Amino acid sequence: MARIGVFVCWCGSNIAGTVDIEAVTRAAATFPGVVHVEDNRYTCSEPGQAGIRRAIEAHQLERVVVGACSPRLHEATFRSAVASAGLNPYLLQIANLREHCSWVHRDREEATAKAIDLVRMAVARAARLTALETSTVPVTKRAVVIGGGVAGIQAALDIARAGFPVTLVERSPSLGGHMGQLDKTFPTLDCSACILTPMMVEAAAHPLIDVRAYSEVDKVEGYVGNFRVTVRSKPRSVDRAKCTGCGACYEKCPVQVDSEYDLGLGKRRAIYVPFAQAVPNCATIDRDHCLYYQRGRCRICERVCEAGAIAFDQLEELAEIEAGAIVVATGYDEFDPAVYGEYGAGRWPDIITGLQFERLVSASGPTGGEIRRPSDGRKPEAVAFVACVGSRDEAKGKAYCSAACCMYVAKQAMLLREKMPDTSVYVYYMDVRAGGKGYEEFYRRAAGQYGVNYVRGRVARIYPSRGRLVVAGEDTLLGRRAVVEADLVVLAAAMIPSAGAAELARRLSVSYDEDGFLTEAHPKLRPAETNTRGVFLAGCCQGPKDIPATVAHAGAAAAKVIALLSRQHLATEAMTAQADPGRCSGCMSCRPVCPYGAITARDAGGLRSVADVNPAMCQGCGACVAACRNGAMTLLGYTDEQLLAEVESTWR
Amino acid sequence: MTNYVYYPGCSLGSTAREYQRSVEAVAEHLGLRLHELADWSCCGSSATHGAERALALALPARNLNLAAAAQAAAGASSDADTGNEGGLLVPCAACYSRLRSAQAELNDSRDLQADFDHATGEQWLGGNVRVRSLVEVLWRDLGPDAIRHAVKRPLAGLRVASYYGCLLVRPPAVTGWDDPEDPVSLDELTAAAGAEPLWWPHKVECCGAGLSISRRDIVGRLVGQILSEAIDAGADLIVTACPMCHANLDTRQDIASRAAGRPLRLPVLYITQLLGLAFGYDQRQLGLGSHLTSTAAVTSRLSASAREVQ
Amino acid sequence: MPAHILSPAQQQGYAAAVSSRAGTDVRACYACGKCAAGCPVAPEMDLLPHQVLRLVQLGAVDEVLAAQSIWLCASCAACSTRCPNMVDLARVMDVLREDARHRGLRPGQPRVAAFHASFLDVLRRGGRLHELTMLISYKLRSGDLLGDVPMGVRMMLRGKLRLLGGSPARARQAVREIFRRLEAPERRKADAQ
Repeated sequence: MARIGVFVCWCGSNIAGTVDIEAVTRAAATFPGVVHVEDNRYTCSEPGQAGIRRAIEAHQLERVVVGACSPRLHEATFRSAVASAGLNPYLLQIANLREHCSWVHRDREEATAKAIDLVRMAVARAARLTALETSTVPVTKRAVVIGGGVAGIQAALDIARAGFPVTLVERSPSLGGHMGQLDKTFPTLDCSACILTPMMVEAAAHPLIDVRAYSEVDKVEGYVGNFRVTVRSKPRSVDRAKCTGCGACYEKCPVQVDSEYDLGLGKRRAIYVPFAQAVPNCATIDRDHCLYYQRGRCRICERVCEAGAIAFDQLEELAEIEAGAIVVATGYDEFDPAVYGEYGAGRWPDIITGLQFERLVSASGPTGGEIRRPSDGRKPEAVAFVACVGSRDEAKGKAYCSAACCMYVAKQAMLLREKMPDTSVYVYYMDVRAGGKGYEEFYRRAAGQYGVNYVRGRVARIYPSRGRLVVAGEDTLLGRRAVVEADLVVLAAAMIPSAGAAELARRLSVSYDEDGFLTEAHPKLRPAETNTRGVFLAGCCQGPKDIPATVAHAGAAAAKVIALLSRQHLATEAMTAQADPGRCSGCMSCRPVCPYGAITARDAGGLRSVADVNPAMCQGCGACVAACRNGAMTLLGYTDEQLLAEVESTWR
Repeated sequence: MTNYVYYPGCSLGSTAREYQRSVEAVAEHLGLRLHELADWSCCGSSATHGAERALALALPARNLNLAAAAQAAAGASSDADTGNEGGLLVPCAACYSRLRSAQAELNDSRDLQADFDHATGEQWLGGNVRVRSLVEVLWRDLGPDAIRHAVKRPLAGLRVASYYGCLLVRPPAVTGWDDPEDPVSLDELTAAAGAEPLWWPHKVECCGAGLSISRRDIVGRLVGQILSEAIDAGADLIVTACPMCHANLDTRQDIASRAAGRPLRLPVLYITQLLGLAFGYDQRQLGLGSHLTSTAAVTSRLSASAREVQ
Repeated sequence: MPAHILSPAQQQGYAAAVSSRAGTDVRACYACGKCAAGCPVAPEMDLLPHQVLRLVQLGAVDEVLAAQSIWLCASCAACSTRCPNMVDLARVMDVLREDARHRGLRPGQPRVAAFHASFLDVLRRGGRLHELTMLISYKLRSGDLLGDVPMGVRMMLRGKLRLLGGSPARARQAVREIFRRLEAPERRKADAQ
C-alpha cells in the first residue's frame, strides 16, 4: 500500500475558524495508508511548502493529500512542491476544506465531520493515483484578435510590436468601434477620431497585422498554442484591392437607409463607407437594401466607379487561421431604453441616448456638429441629461454601474454649453462617479465654470406636453420635485455586452456572467485572462470601462499573449483520456463529443477499428469518458477506480 | 352569450349609478349575461388596507368565496341560462384591485388562509375564481373587432382622452393586462366605437382618489392638471372606468379650475356610456343627465335622429 | 431641524419588522427620489416618500408615525411600479398607517383618518357602504360640517346619494361577524383554542 502523507491547512481562520483542525488530523491518522499527518497555518506559504518537501523525504511518502482551499488556487503550488521533492506531481490529491466546507457551513460539529469525510475520500483516491507524464506541443506564433475597436487595435499593435503576427477580425466594414463615433473624450477633450485614427492606420499598415474587416469568427477549434480559427469574410461586393475610397459610388447611389453609424439619426446609401476615416477605406454594398440584389436593377455604382472595383458576384470567403492565442475584444452595445415606459419607451424622437448625442455633437455627424432636435431640427433651448438609465436599476435594467456615464455626461454637458451658451443644461444624477485621474476636476468644471445644473435625483417620467418634453425629476437635496421643460433629453444608457458575445464565448468555452460579460480568471489578479488557457480578454467585453481602462486592459491581454507566444513549447495536459483497445467496440461515440478533435479511429487489425486519443491534443475534459458505452475510455487521474474508491470510502 | 357572475360594488348603487345603467345597456347589447352575486358585501376599498390588513383581506375574500360557490352551483345546474364561463365581472377599478390583491395574497400563504378562517369561519375557496375587470372583458374577451361590429352609430369626430387612473394598471403584478405607463385598452375600445382616441400624457396620473372628501384641495390640484392636459391635447371629453376617478373628474371641476388658474370644463363619461352611445342607446338610458358636469357638448354632436335606440 | 442620533439597535429592529410585514426590503432603498418625483401628493407631503423610508431605515419610529405623509398617500402605487430596487413603497405606507393606528397615535392628517374610520363604521354596521351615512358620520367626526354641502345636495337631486340604504341581511350579518372577530383579538385566540 502506498505511503500517504496528509497535510491539513488552517488557512488562517478561513478553515480553522469553522473546522476543528485537530479533530481532522486525528481522524486522518487512522485512514488506511496514512503514515504521516501534519497541520499548518498556511500550507501555501514558503514554510508550508518546505514542510511538505521535508515530510516527503523524512517519511518516504509516495502520495500527498492536502486538505486546504480550492485546487483552483493552489493545485499548481502544491504540485510543484511535491515535484521539487522528487515525487511525481500527479501523486497529489487536494481535499477542498474551504470553499466546499468551512466557507459554506456554520455549524462547527457538522463542518468538522464533513471535513473528515472529505479528507477520507481524498486519501482513498490518493491511494489509487498513478504517476502521469506530460509532453510538449509547439506553439503557433500568431494571435487572433476578435474585435477591431480601440481594445482590439491596441492589443494587436502591442502584440505585433513584440514581433508576433496578428489577425485582427472586425465584423463591421471598418475598424474603430464605438470610440470612432465619439466626438471628444474626457478628461482631455481630445478629439476622439484624431487620437484613434493614427492607431487604426498603423494597425492596417503594420506588416505583421492582417486586418480582416467585415468578417466574423465562425468556428474555433483546437486548444492553447494550437487554435484553428475559421474566419468568414462577408462579401462587400467591392474589390478591396481596386477600391480607392473616392466616394463616387455612394454619391450616386439612389437608395437611402438609416445609418447604423449615426444610430438612426442620419442616412447612408446602400453602397457606403461608414465614416470618412474608415480603415480600410473601402466601400461596402448592403445587399439587403441594394436595388440590384433586391430587384435586379440600377448598377449605377458600377457605372461610375472609375477603378472598376464593383464586384456584384463576390462571394464570402472562409479562411482557417492557425493561432496560438486568442484575444476577445468584442466591446459593448448600448442598453435599449425602450423598456422604460415612463421615459416614452423609444417613442419620442427627441429623447435620445448618449451615443446618439455623440453623433449630433460630432463635426462628422449627421448635423455637422450642430445640436438640433431630431424631430424638427430646431435648436434646443433646454437640454436634460438623465443618468443611470438601465444601470443601477434591478427592476428594469442591470444592477451594475456602467462606469463611464457620469464622466461622459459631464463632458457632453460641457460641450453643449460651449457650443450653445444660451441653452440651459441639466443633469439628473444619483451619484457622480469620477475616480480616474483628472476626473473629479473635470466634472467640477462642468458644474462650476460651465454652468451645468446638476440636480440630485432620479426622473420619474418624461412626457411631451404643449410642444416640450416635461422631465419630472426630484431634487432630493432640497426635498422638492424638480421639473424641467426640455427640448432634448439625453438618456445615459448603460453599456451592455456586444450582441453575439455570449455566442462567441460559448464557441471559445469561455464563461460569462448573468449580465453577459465574459468572466475573467480572477477579478483582482487576472483581469485579462480567462479560465480557458490561451483565450484572453480586452476591453468592455469583460465589463464596462472607459477608454484609459480599456487601453490598459488591452495592453495587459497583449502582455499575456506575448508571454505565451514567446515560448517554444507548451506542456500538454497530463490527465488525458485513454481508450482500452480490449474494450473499445469502435463505435466512435467519443469522437464527435470531443471539443478538441483529439480522437481518431485507428485500425486495430482485422475488420476492427478502435478509438485513439492524441494525448497532445486532449485537454482532459472527460466528455468522451461519459459518452463511451463500453467503459473503454478512462481519464488518467480520474479513473473509475479512483472515483469509486472516493465514494465508497464514505460508507462506514 | 357569455355568462358572468357580477360584482357591482357599493358605489354603482349610488354615486356611480350611471355606470351601473350603462353597464347594463352595454351588457345587453353585447350578449353578456350578468348574474349579480347574491349577498355580496363591500370590498373594503382604500379604507381597509391602510387600517387593518386582516380586514383588507377578509372583506374582499368573503366575496370570492361567494363567487366560487355561485360558480359551483351554476356548474351543477342544468339550466342553460345560468353559467360561469366568463368569471367574476367587476366594473369598479378599486373593487377589482382589492379582489385580485386579496386573492393573490391568500393563494400564496397558508397563514393568511388560516387568518381568513378565523375571521370568517369559512375555509378559503375563492382561489380559482377568475376575477375580471370590465375593461379587460371588453378589450380581451370580446375585443375591439366585436365592439366595432356592434356599433350602430359610430362616434365620428369625437376626440377622446382615455383616463385610466391608477388601479386599472398598477401594480402590474396585480393587473398585468395593459401597460402601466402607456396603456391602450380604453383607447382601442374608443377607436372601435368610431371615435378618435388621443394620446395625452396624463393617462395614468392619479386623481387623488379617496382624498376627495378629506383633502379636496389636493384633488382639485390633481384634477386641474389632468383636465388641463386633456383639454390642451384637444379632447372633447374624457372617458374613464373607475367610479372614484369619475367622481373626482366630474364633480371637482370648479375647484380644479381655481387651482389651475383657468376655466376647465370637460365632460367625463364612463367607457360604457361612450360605448352605449355608439350602440345607439340614448342619454337617458345611459344616465348622462346625472353627471354634475354637463355632457351636452357630447350628446349634441350626435345626430338628433339617431338619439333614440332602434 | 433636530440632529439625529443614530442607534444601530433601533435601526435593525424597526426596519426589519416593517420589511417583513410589507413583504419588501426597506434597506434596498438608495434614496434616488424617483418615487417622490412621480408621487401625486408629494407637493403636500411633509416627508417625501423616500424620506419616510429613510426614517424607517434609521428606526425613527415616533417621527415617521407622526408624519402627515403616511396619511396623504393615495395608494396609487406609481412609486412601487417605478422603484429601481423594487421596494413596494405603497405597501410600506399601509404598514405604517396600520402601525400608527395600533399604537393609538394621533394621525398626522386627522381628517383623512376620520374618513377611513367613518367608512369602517358604516361597513361594520351595514355590510355595504351607504355613502350618505358615511359622509354624515365623517362630518360629525371631523368637524368639517359645511364643506361640499351644495355639491351633496346636487348629487342627491340627481339620485346619486341615496337616502335609504339597505343591504341583504346575510351580507350585513357576515360583515358584522368579521368585524367582531377581528376586533376582539383575545376572543379570536380563545376561539382558536
